[in-house]
Amino acid sequence: MAAEPQTIAELARALKARDTTSEAVVEQCLRRIAERNATLNAFITVFEHEAREQAREADREIAAGRYRGPLHGVPFSLKDLFDVGGAATTAASRVRLGHVAEHDAPSIAALRDAGAIFVGKTNLHEFAFGTTNEDSAYGPARHPLDPNRSPGGSSGGSAASVADGMCFASMGTDTGGSIRIPSAVCGLVGLKPAVGELSTEGVVPLSTTLDHIGPLCRSVEDATIVYGALRGHTRPPGKPIDPRALRLGIPRNYFLSLIDLQVAACFDSACERLRSAGATLEDVSIPHAGDVPAIYLHIVLTEAATYHAKTLERRPEDYTPNVRVRLEMGRYVLGEDYARALHGRELIRREVDAALQDVDALLLPALPIAAPKIGVATVKIGGAEEPVRNIMLRCTQAFNVSGHPAITIPCGATADGLPVGVQLVGAAADTSGLLRVASASERYLGPGMSR
Amino acid sequence: MTIKTWLEIAIQDAERRGLPELKPLLEGLAKATSALRTAEWNADASGDNFESPLPIDSTRGKPTTESPNGR
Repeated sequence: MAAEPQTIAELARALKARDTTSEAVVEQCLRRIAERNATLNAFITVFEHEAREQAREADREIAAGRYRGPLHGVPFSLKDLFDVGGAATTAASRVRLGHVAEHDAPSIAALRDAGAIFVGKTNLHEFAFGTTNEDSAYGPARHPLDPNRSPGGSSGGSAASVADGMCFASMGTDTGGSIRIPSAVCGLVGLKPAVGELSTEGVVPLSTTLDHIGPLCRSVEDATIVYGALRGHTRPPGKPIDPRALRLGIPRNYFLSLIDLQVAACFDSACERLRSAGATLEDVSIPHAGDVPAIYLHIVLTEAATYHAKTLERRPEDYTPNVRVRLEMGRYVLGEDYARALHGRELIRREVDAALQDVDALLLPALPIAAPKIGVATVKIGGAEEPVRNIMLRCTQAFNVSGHPAITIPCGATADGLPVGVQLVGAAADTSGLLRVASASERYLGPGMSR
Repeated sequence: MTIKTWLEIAIQDAERRGLPELKPLLEGLAKATSALRTAEWNADASGDNFESPLPIDSTRGKPTTESPNGR
């Protein structure tokens, strides 16, 4: 008996060959949700009836020879920021009570056209404004390996749903790391494509110039398949890269200066495996990386406050307290400082371009810590207590500021078995190129939680 | 407005609006704003501006051999 499919690619082959049915796979996912959602709180809404109907329709189409491609009949979850026609988009907030979306977001319509089945909408940090998923009107989502820990955020429910076998992939959003952070701490692959490549229309914004959308899934091949569907093409990303031809740049300054020892050991070990495979690793520099948190903060606060100003005035009590005060903070940023941050953003963009000039991609940790415990505000690193939020964003937010495509891939685990991920950052506007580098690197980095 | 003055006014306003819990966040924001304003790459109307070590031709996104301002 063949092993059960673990990835979209494996499932697609089985569905196309009619070795299994979408109905059976969706049923298995719904059973898993029924068993585990009370513990993990990954889903806000489950589309039980609709998913079964869509799966049966997919099976009928495949049987009739109308196979749409590798997402046909594959169960997905969606972060509850994406509009699905006829369903609520809660953003995990009481502020959105009573909202019903009229249409699918274009990204959701593209996945639907490709045959994806939506099993439900997942929990998140309220309005995506946080990295732990703790502040949600629906309560915190929890880590599949240890429910006392955060699955990361803000796409925490999405990561938990994929890592726990409730679906094969999830759509998330990433403003400072919200796809890559939960993917890394849950042992998944998370792709933030290049800025502007995928439409954010129909997705509740956090920061309009920093927001990105992308998939959380179980392999680079799966990320490539979903990215292709979102871009409206199914062609492969190009010729595979020989790992011996890979040139990777490690931006040591700032990104590796504050890191948990076990995470550092996993990263070093991943580097060594890539070197043993023949890849060339060299140090590069992003000289003003240390200015990124201040640049990021002034942009995200201002843009988030712009979107929320009216509801902060009218119904402040409907926000969770922590998210409310952070949104209020944005209303005090001065125009000159926002403009200054935009100027700094351009500098960072140029410096990331320069760091990538002679290498195929940057290689750095996805985040400096493993999954934090829920309710813990600080972590001890390098002898000092650091805010969990700042630490979790430390390695990812630079590439929202710069707009470069970035992907996280599992690279090992801590002594407690908590997943650790590395991050690859590709050349500007070249997500396909990054996916080729990621594909060449993946086998040397180590298995994820779900593979 | 100086950061010191801005912080005083912001805290007073937050307290007037019944949001005293904003005070530590505004103090943290003031530190970040201070870092932003003192960054060496800020524009300076005197013309004594920071020169990026790797000036870039923004139309192509590639490093150029000369600074755009000729220095």
